[in-house]
Amino acid sequence: MNSARVKKFYYLMRLGREFELAAKREYMNGNIAGFLHLDIGQEAVSVGTMQAFDKGDVFTHYREHVLAIARGMDPKLVMAELFGKKTGISRGKGGSMHLFEPKLDFYGGDAIVAGHLPIAVGCAYARKIQGENAGVFAIFGDGASNAGAFFESINIASAWKLPVIFFLENNFYAIGTHISWVSPFIEQFHKVKNYMPAKVIDGMNVCEVYDAVTEAKEYIENGLGPYFIEAKTYRYEGHSMSDAGKYRSEEELEIYKSKDPIENLKKEALKKGLADERYFRETDAKIEHIINEAVEFAKNSPEPDVEELYDGVFCKECENVIP
Amino acid sequence: MLYRSALNKAIDESMEADSSVVILGEDVGRYGGSYRVSEGLFSKYGEKRVIDTPIAELSIVGNAIGMAIAGLRPIAEIMTANFSLLAMDQIINHAAKFRYMSGGKMTIPLTVRMPGGVSRQLAAQHSENYETLFSSIPGLIVLAASNASYAYYGLKWAIFSNDPVVFLEHELLYPMDMEFREIKNFDPFKAEIVKEGKDVTIITYLKMRYDVIEAAKELEKAGINAEIIDLNSLRPLDIETIANSVKKTKKAVIVEEDHKTGGMGAEILAQITEKCFYDLDAPVLRIAGEDVPIPYNRKLELASIPTPEKIVKKILEWKAENGI
Repeated sequence: MNSARVKKFYYLMRLGREFELAAKREYMNGNIAGFLHLDIGQEAVSVGTMQAFDKGDVFTHYREHVLAIARGMDPKLVMAELFGKKTGISRGKGGSMHLFEPKLDFYGGDAIVAGHLPIAVGCAYARKIQGENAGVFAIFGDGASNAGAFFESINIASAWKLPVIFFLENNFYAIGTHISWVSPFIEQFHKVKNYMPAKVIDGMNVCEVYDAVTEAKEYIENGLGPYFIEAKTYRYEGHSMSDAGKYRSEEELEIYKSKDPIENLKKEALKKGLADERYFRETDAKIEHIINEAVEFAKNSPEPDVEELYDGVFCKECENVIP
Repeated sequence: MLYRSALNKAIDESMEADSSVVILGEDVGRYGGSYRVSEGLFSKYGEKRVIDTPIAELSIVGNAIGMAIAGLRPIAEIMTANFSLLAMDQIINHAAKFRYMSGGKMTIPLTVRMPGGVSRQLAAQHSENYETLFSSIPGLIVLAASNASYAYYGLKWAIFSNDPVVFLEHELLYPMDMEFREIKNFDPFKAEIVKEGKDVTIITYLKMRYDVIEAAKELEKAGINAEIIDLNSLRPLDIETIANSVKKTKKAVIVEEDHKTGGMGAEILAQITEKCFYDLDAPVLRIAGEDVPIPYNRKLELASIPTPEKIVKKILEWKAENGI
């Protein structure tokens, strides 16, 4: 852990959290609609993974605002997408769950649980035969680890020794269903350990997440096949804005809030002298400004024109082309 | 040329011309393909580009989408249309929607090939036509190859299209020896006027083309000169060619192997009604598969789908009923 890295982690985690708090406010104000899945509490996973996996292709699930921002997506464009505006990263056609930016090799938010895993595997296959070794990163929740697409994917990736990191963020709840009610064990790595290296880490600790993904990246880059990481984490908010969270106790929530990834990193950094109070104060102020700007940008952006309804269904350039 | 050889030639030439073309599916490699469509490709292009997959259709298409995102041009083979249901999430929720959901940023140059239709006594889980399911999904192009020429040109077009294409074949066509016509300025979306006629327009596609051609010979003897249209493309539908013909003959019959309820014929009929209502001299006739799962017994199996005899009989009855 060095000062520059700690500062980067703090900046991105705080940026992610403030972004989501702003999104929550704007949802309440009626500026954002549909589904909004917040990442609050899980920022260590989103930031630690994206900082470690800085090259290669990323396939994500629907809880992906912080992943997208940590990958380098402009918070303005993400906020505008949440507002459904023309200036949004997906031009207002995708919304909260579908932030795509091929320039960042970022493909996702996929709203079909486990649906993106076979796609990540296929991408890894292509990268391997193209001779590229940066590999593929696929992140998903504990709900996905019970789906057929998950089992197909670990089998194929393992049989073909594909360069893919399967990263499971285990926050214990698939909407309101606890993992122990639908799976024989809470830690899902048991399902995978015969196929590939599989480890469990503390997903509330950004440095641990970063180190684990860095190690996994080296492994897949060496052509040894896939790698599985399970991070235990917790979301403070409900599954989406419509979820009152009645399936879990206040005590449980408090236990995890005491492990807050941002506050703990800050404490640790102050203790070790890696950053001072002034740094945090200034960073927080800077982030407040960035988030305010993002919200203003989204508010002031135009709606898509009705004429754009049919844009992007097909690639027009390929119509009637014979090679 | 054999129908399956035309498909093989299209894939072979595409793989030769562009190293990003790959084919994947159950038994496509070492085995040579269940219907021998990929025969010889494994030895020519190797295991990296001719990929034997596990029996996991969701992954065959899902993996292919990932390959397409990474810049390959994958051809995913589904052994039988029935099994495509296992891959439906990938075809519909992913392949068809990525481009739109991403505001036009994602490009999915994917071809999903599959044979369907009623063959010989394969029973209900190996005898299905699902063209309506695919054709009702925005974001998919759906082509249906009934002959060697379209199989060759259409498949080549599909492989090099930057959009996801569902390419439908029919199990009974693979071993058929067909005339191969060279086509200049091939348009995949253009319907083919198989035979010109003046009394009635018969619209069909895939294997029913041949049953209709046979039926038309009998109808000729009864004094009915039928115009036959083979659709080739089910989405988009070449309604222009259909409408022009119906305006000429004033009468339309749709022949499909698919079940009647909610089948392709229902959509074609709706579009004819929208475009040609005042040109019609009689209600449009739909000759379709019965609304039953396809039975194993040969007699019952034949009773569940149109045959040349049934097509003739139904058209003559329809003619008498409507005084035409």
